[in-house]
Amino acid sequence: MTLFLEQILNGLQLGVFLFLIAAGLTLIFGIMGVINLAHGSLFMVGAYAAAVTTAYTGSFWLGLLAALVAAAITGMVMEIVVMRRLYHRDHLDQVLATFGLILFANEATTMAFGRTPLFMDVPGFLNGSVEIIPGVIYPVYRLVILAVGALVALALFLIIAKTRAGMLIRAGSTNRDMVAVLGLDIALMFTLLFGLGAVFAGLAGAMAAPLVSVEVGMGEQQLILAFVVVVIGGIGSVKGALVGALLVGLVDTLGRAFLPDLLRLFFDSATADGVGAGLSSMSIYILMALILVLRPAGLFPMAGQRH
Amino acid sequence: MAVLFLLLAITLPWILEAVGEGFLITLASRICIYALAAMSLNLILGYGGMISFGHAAYFGVGAYVVGIFAQHGFEGSTVLGITPPNSMALTLPLSMLIAGIAAAILGALCLRTSGAYFIMITLAFAQMLFFLFVSLERYGGDDGIIMLGGRNTLGPLDTTSDTQFYFLCLGPLLAFIFINHRLVRSRFGQVLQACRQNEPRLAALGCNVNHYKLTAFTIAGAVAGLAGGLLANHAEYVSPDYVHWTKSGDLMIMVILGGLGIALGPVVGAAAFLLLEEFLPVFFESMGLPLLKEHWRIVFGPLLICIVLFARGGLLGTVQGRFAPKMPQEMKADEATP
Repeated sequence: MTLFLEQILNGLQLGVFLFLIAAGLTLIFGIMGVINLAHGSLFMVGAYAAAVTTAYTGSFWLGLLAALVAAAITGMVMEIVVMRRLYHRDHLDQVLATFGLILFANEATTMAFGRTPLFMDVPGFLNGSVEIIPGVIYPVYRLVILAVGALVALALFLIIAKTRAGMLIRAGSTNRDMVAVLGLDIALMFTLLFGLGAVFAGLAGAMAAPLVSVEVGMGEQQLILAFVVVVIGGIGSVKGALVGALLVGLVDTLGRAFLPDLLRLFFDSATADGVGAGLSSMSIYILMALILVLRPAGLFPMAGQRH
Repeated sequence: MAVLFLLLAITLPWILEAVGEGFLITLASRICIYALAAMSLNLILGYGGMISFGHAAYFGVGAYVVGIFAQHGFEGSTVLGITPPNSMALTLPLSMLIAGIAAAILGALCLRTSGAYFIMITLAFAQMLFFLFVSLERYGGDDGIIMLGGRNTLGPLDTTSDTQFYFLCLGPLLAFIFINHRLVRSRFGQVLQACRQNEPRLAALGCNVNHYKLTAFTIAGAVAGLAGGLLANHAEYVSPDYVHWTKSGDLMIMVILGGLGIALGPVVGAAAFLLLEEFLPVFFESMGLPLLKEHWRIVFGPLLICIVLFARGGLLGTVQGRFAPKMPQEMKADEATP
């Protein structure tokens, strides 16, 4: 039971990372209609900036700040230099050009920091564990990640639902041309929105840095998972991204933890381990396939969606 | 032009021998293999307008079929109760068959969607197979399979000879160039291209669009499987790397580099891609830029972006002075006309 609770928390925590990445991805797609493979690179930029800055200054807060700033700047430069030229191109061009961006970002990172993974410590004041309910001990840092995820999700919903900027975002996702005609500086809005998506990805990177090894290519694994999230949730929907991310996080984590044991009830242990390992690594994709069969446009399809 | 190309391809081993670069024949074999895989992608991407970002999946499935047989053959064990074949006359058709089945199943799921969804979902399913192969501890997991028994045999041919193996790769490529030529001119090919240009109109004409698309997807998967089986034999090695998503990206780049929707585009693209990969580092070293030698991709990435932004027709399209068909723009223009 305690193990189960722990795994649920782990799954939610993976969900938080995926949500932060998928939210940017889905907003950018919903409004600008561009598919950005290099979004995972922003996660990597955030992680590297946090790890390197923290190592130099010893301050986690400076590291976090550096991650957000670095990701935002990278994102906005990316938008101005490359993405802006792709809005009116087809998806194939967008995929290829952003694939080129990934090659560039990965190779540049390798040149700057080498191939050896960097490691970052959990900040001292968050280092430790608490007993959340009797018998269940859980690291504070991971709880903080959950809290930050919940806060960001809440803030994002409030921004989109209540503020003028959110209204523009909603308007932009329904009818981009109309917003432009009404006199809004669409180019500036797109750059800022791209920056916002980048900040989310950078935040995820910075928070993940103490938990994983910071290495080249770390962003792409997250990116492909974020794609699964977006497909499940429905492209362009932030709510879909949240539900999809938590679903994917839970299914992946619980699958890895319990599927081999579950199969052991039916098969001998060697078969169960083999099949379990295979099945659990495929579980989220099977989930995606199931959802697609039932709801081809995802759980929360965007109104008036262009295919 | 075509005759010249054919002549060059057939006499290549002797030409390379004559200029004293005989070892390059293995590179030529790789070009043939990747050209075959890229051509299969071009069938669905260039002609059918299906942006599959997971084509390496079928390539990898084909390679794993050969690899798994080879491992069992070397151990002397059986696979699913049958003695593993060691003749390419059996292993390669099986590569095609199983990759084709995989493509039919995953394709049926992927084709429920379109547009950006299709890109993401093909990528995700390819990644699923990648993780499946990584989790196959029985077949080397992360490390893959080294074919200790060497290449498969084929009748009286000496498959260990690099020259003879080159012709073994060239054969299927030439055959598929011919098949592709006939296919795109057939009724099936016409419908496929019409799918790209205006799918709703085609559906309105009473054509079962998904049926055609799935058939093309399956054919493309099977041919990619054949290419994978050949590559496994060529390298005598199979690993999850063959299914890695960057491999799908590479195949896509080859298609675009040569010219989207042009019959021989992928062949030119594959040759250009592999030659760049081979010689760009050497070039940078001779230019006195050792840093770029190792990190040649930092140049290749922006180069790719520039090709996408400024040279849409690819190498062949630019040479022929004709531009590759543009997909959505064309569609939008069509939809705009009342």
